[in-house]
Amino acid sequence: MAKQLTIAIASGKGGTGKTTIATNLAKVIAEDGKGVYYADCDVEEPNGHIFLKPQIEQSRTVTVPVPQVDENKCTDCGKCGEVCQYGAIVHLGNKKVLTFDNLCHSCAGCWMLCPAGAITQKKMEIGIIESGNSGDIHFAHGKLRIGNIRSVSLINQLKQSIKARDLVILDVPPGTSCPVVESLKNVDFVILVTEPTPFGLNDLKLAVDLVRKMEITFAVVINRDGIGDDKCEKYCQQENISILMKLPDDRRIAEAYSVGKMVVDALPEYRKDFTGLYENILQEAEK
Amino acid sequence: MIIAITASAEGIDSPVDPRFGRAAYFAIVDTENDQCNSIPNEAVSAAAGAGVTAAKTITDTGAQAVLTGNCGPNAARTLQAAGIKIYAGVSGTVKEAIEAFKAGKLNETQGPTVESHFGTNG
Repeated sequence: MAKQLTIAIASGKGGTGKTTIATNLAKVIAEDGKGVYYADCDVEEPNGHIFLKPQIEQSRTVTVPVPQVDENKCTDCGKCGEVCQYGAIVHLGNKKVLTFDNLCHSCAGCWMLCPAGAITQKKMEIGIIESGNSGDIHFAHGKLRIGNIRSVSLINQLKQSIKARDLVILDVPPGTSCPVVESLKNVDFVILVTEPTPFGLNDLKLAVDLVRKMEITFAVVINRDGIGDDKCEKYCQQENISILMKLPDDRRIAEAYSVGKMVVDALPEYRKDFTGLYENILQEAEK
Repeated sequence: MIIAITASAEGIDSPVDPRFGRAAYFAIVDTENDQCNSIPNEAVSAAAGAGVTAAKTITDTGAQAVLTGNCGPNAARTLQAAGIKIYAGVSGTVKEAIEAFKAGKLNETQGPTVESHFGTNG
């Protein structure tokens, strides 16, 4: 068997159809008898479960270490506050040290540098990881706790929990910021989903810059083909980027989406588009 | 008594900056002689925790009171822990703020006046 392939479905712009592509792709590949693991890395707003409707079998709480100070042991050296780049620990003098759990990035600097051993680690809950099955598809997603900002740590834990399959599909959050970078680490291939509009093109260029910087092989899928203009296609031609699939602007796709139905179930004529996409991915990933 | 006023520029005639953590400068003023020392706020471009870092800067100046427009929860907690009084809702120039403070026209604020990140895009 060929080695496991990890594909990430990403986009610069939100709402271009990442989840539509990711879930339908997972479904046709699983129906082809391949072992597929779908993981929704959009931990701030996961939505893959709406379409895949998985049976959740496991749920676990994810924690990160944050500092806890025993002020009696403090020697007023101030090193903890100096090393912190996020204002998560502040030394005010007279053995007074404040901590702000929600600002902490768990770099460990404060507890490693404290010469008095006054700082220890405590656990902060940042979210949960749920996993289970949707038919033959293995499913997992992360849910970030409301008000928490540690999406990167949760994505990292989610990715570590993925068990080897023929194919892993990562549904990536939108944009080009830290959670996206974390999601794209160590993937074999990225699909950038865009819509053929000026907004879609602008954000596609940002996403292309990112994946090129990360040196990951990638290609483009155009969703809602027929709206907007041909500038995305021209851009891809100029930049020598392959377009692996164009999903037309079909009202029936939007209607299926609005009631949580998969495209390939509601409109079987699109099944061949997704199997074709998979074949194209395999070809491109070989390059 | 040393007091700190958030300011959008250097000097006693500059406008009061309505933001605390993301204020451009802190005017550190000795109310005995009105001598003003403007120090730049290093937290102005911090990725996060600007309120806490700014409050630490104020603490290190020995100021006993802060005059500002708004103050978020992390900044308020830090200032209160350091025993620094907060006077929010202050506007006009630094000089006017000092005069109002001396005349006893300002009311002490007992907690944060805005949510976190209020001044981030201000």
